[in-house]
Amino acid sequence: MTTPHNDSLLRFMTCGSVDDGKSTLIGRLLYDTKTILADTLNNIARTSQKRGMEAVDLSLLTDGLQAEREQGITIDVAYRYFSTGTRKYIIADAPGHEQYTRNMVTAASTANLAIILIDARKGVLTQTRRHSYLAHLVGIPHIVVAVNKMDLVNYDQATYEKIKADYIAFATEIGLAQARDIKFLPMSALNGDMLVDRLDNMNWYQGETLLDILEAAPAAHSDQAEPFRFPVQFVCRPHDSANPELHDFRGFMGRVESGSIAVGDDVTVLPNGYQSKVKAIQLGNELLQSAQTEQSITLLLEDEIDTSRGDMIVKTSQAPEAVKQIEAHVCWLSETPLSPARTYIVRHTTRESKAKIGSIHYKVDVNTLEQQATSDLKMNDIARVSFKLAQPLMVDSYDKNRATGAFIVIDESSNNTVGAGMIV
Amino acid sequence: MTTKQPLSHLDWLEAEAIHILREVAGQCANPVLLFSGGKDSLCILRLAEKAFRPGRFPFPLMHIDTGHNYQEVVNFRDQRAAELGERLIVRSVEDSMKRGTVVLKTPDEPRNKHQSVTLLEAIEEFGFDCCIGGARRDEEKARAKERIMSFRDEFGQWDPKNQRPELWNLFNARVHKGENIRAFPISNWTEMDVWQYIEREKLELPSIYFAHQRDIVMRHGAIFPVNVSLPSGEVINQPKAGEEVINMQVRFRTVGDVTCTAPVISDADDVSKIVVETATTTITERGATRLDDQTSDASMEQRKKEGYF
Ligand SMILES: Nc1nc2c(ncn2[C@@H]2O[C@H](COP(=O)(O)OP(=O)(O)O)[C@@H](O)[C@H]2O)c(=O)[nH]1
Ligand SMILES: [Mg+2]
Repeated sequence: MTTPHNDSLLRFMTCGSVDDGKSTLIGRLLYDTKTILADTLNNIARTSQKRGMEAVDLSLLTDGLQAEREQGITIDVAYRYFSTGTRKYIIADAPGHEQYTRNMVTAASTANLAIILIDARKGVLTQTRRHSYLAHLVGIPHIVVAVNKMDLVNYDQATYEKIKADYIAFATEIGLAQARDIKFLPMSALNGDMLVDRLDNMNWYQGETLLDILEAAPAAHSDQAEPFRFPVQFVCRPHDSANPELHDFRGFMGRVESGSIAVGDDVTVLPNGYQSKVKAIQLGNELLQSAQTEQSITLLLEDEIDTSRGDMIVKTSQAPEAVKQIEAHVCWLSETPLSPARTYIVRHTTRESKAKIGSIHYKVDVNTLEQQATSDLKMNDIARVSFKLAQPLMVDSYDKNRATGAFIVIDESSNNTVGAGMIV
Repeated sequence: MTTKQPLSHLDWLEAEAIHILREVAGQCANPVLLFSGGKDSLCILRLAEKAFRPGRFPFPLMHIDTGHNYQEVVNFRDQRAAELGERLIVRSVEDSMKRGTVVLKTPDEPRNKHQSVTLLEAIEEFGFDCCIGGARRDEEKARAKERIMSFRDEFGQWDPKNQRPELWNLFNARVHKGENIRAFPISNWTEMDVWQYIEREKLELPSIYFAHQRDIVMRHGAIFPVNVSLPSGEVINQPKAGEEVINMQVRFRTVGDVTCTAPVISDADDVSKIVVETATTTITERGATRLDDQTSDASMEQRKKEGYF
């Protein structure tokens, strides 16, 4: 039941091949948490009936575009919302066909938890490996492996245990098991077993239901104390000569991408290296003593420093490197292949730089995880690439810091976002 | 070292929206904020205050006026813009009708969909490269797939199958001349989040959001407001012969074109009662109130492809 008091927010995604039950799972979560209202349910019931289905097809809830409903597939990442009274959830549903890598990387970039679906009849497949590798690459801290369609294997415990053991073996091989928190559960998205309600088909499973796992998952994307990173988005200079208080006002506006900051802290503005102290922190009219990750604030410094969009304010003791060369895992997102001869734009935090390709070291076959030599990149390829930059960027490795380790590649002629990079 | 306590969901949504507004300001040369006087756009105004004060907003406000608005909402729109001291541009569908660029099939048909034409005309007139709007992904299925910064070509068209990938919080608002970005800072908000935010921020709203007495008829199974006086003085939504006019206590969940926005029966006369009602309702915002979205499952997608917000 939705009630007016949620204290935190969790973003998660579902991964699986076509027909593993992603949309059904999401539909079921929305339905069982009473997020779906009567008129929406009537609509999808009518559509299900028109298609000659016996039961209401909950996957119709997420397949929103005309072409998707006609073809019965999901085309683009869809975002859905539900709330349990203690938590608000944002779900990214990424489709499982050709453009999968691109969509999955997109959905994963903002997720703190991934539900990896496995069809109980099929077990760990090549696709499962691919999803797991991508979830790992994009740094999703919490993984839930959901063995779905248990109803089709008579809710058999041995089948579940076998799949779990296979997955653990594979996850250990790729380093996922060591690096991430992985949980397992059996379920039937269609019937609702182990999603919100336990039901009584699998009394041999005493672990948490899916919703229990979601409710307990930590919301912060890192539990380490990260260094303070504050990319300047916008500089506020009201130039209000009538108001002496505002005459010299110079506020640096941005979002704390990681770490925390307090009034009085010593800071450095990069790339120039000017040093100062935090004079005040504002959020709207409120004066704060300190601010933390994900807060959008305005920083006032003690000294008059010439700072503009694209600069980064950091704690003097924790300055990142300013580099003009980066090496990264890149996922190519565009139908136009990467052309090594061209100049691209790299957007990193609030900063942009022209970039040339240094070299493509290798690309990864996402199915076998083998590295292959290559001279270009096509859509859905993942490769290790080095870039030469016209402007210095203040970076951390993606492993250490998702916000300052990530960038996008923009094609200047189309202005399209053509690549996603994770700095190694 | 402070311990890491995650932000509450409202604080998180607020911080995200402020970040998006500032990205628009930082990346776009000539943005505009679409402001109707409705609850979503009133939330965005508060977010813009938090994003840019003590400075002025780095964009004007603009309303695409259908001429079919409730007087209370139009008054409120003007009052709020004046309080903020920000510039309000109004462009009206009726002017497009005079120019002949909007042609109605019937004189009193809903004008929501015609707003696209007037909006595109205004974009061209002012050379806007980005329009900030209050659409939410929970409103409708096609919207659930829309980017936070959504690209529109020279004809204002949205191509749902060819959207720019949007990763992390790295937004790409780059456009060529004539093209346009629609930015949606409250994409990730639900109707409930909006009401909770209004409650927390003590935002004022046009009076018709709260329970009030109104003449209605039942038409096609929906509550239909009748004898509505428009700002122009004209009275529309006449009851048809045989319809029984009832005076009832109602409120609006969304305020839009008078001819196609239905109120709901309610005695919620303050925000906290509305929050409770929103928690227990069984009908979606659009299902309850938009008489023009119900023609086809895909009607919103169609309108958006044609340049609608
Ligand atoms: N028997 C059974 N069928 C399921 C289950 N989950 C999903 N399905 C069915 O599998 C098909 C594909 O599901 P869908 O959710 O569209 O998969 P997606 O492609 O991953 O989104 C649909 O016909 C579902 O009804 C389950 O737990 N048990
Ligand atoms: Mg699906």
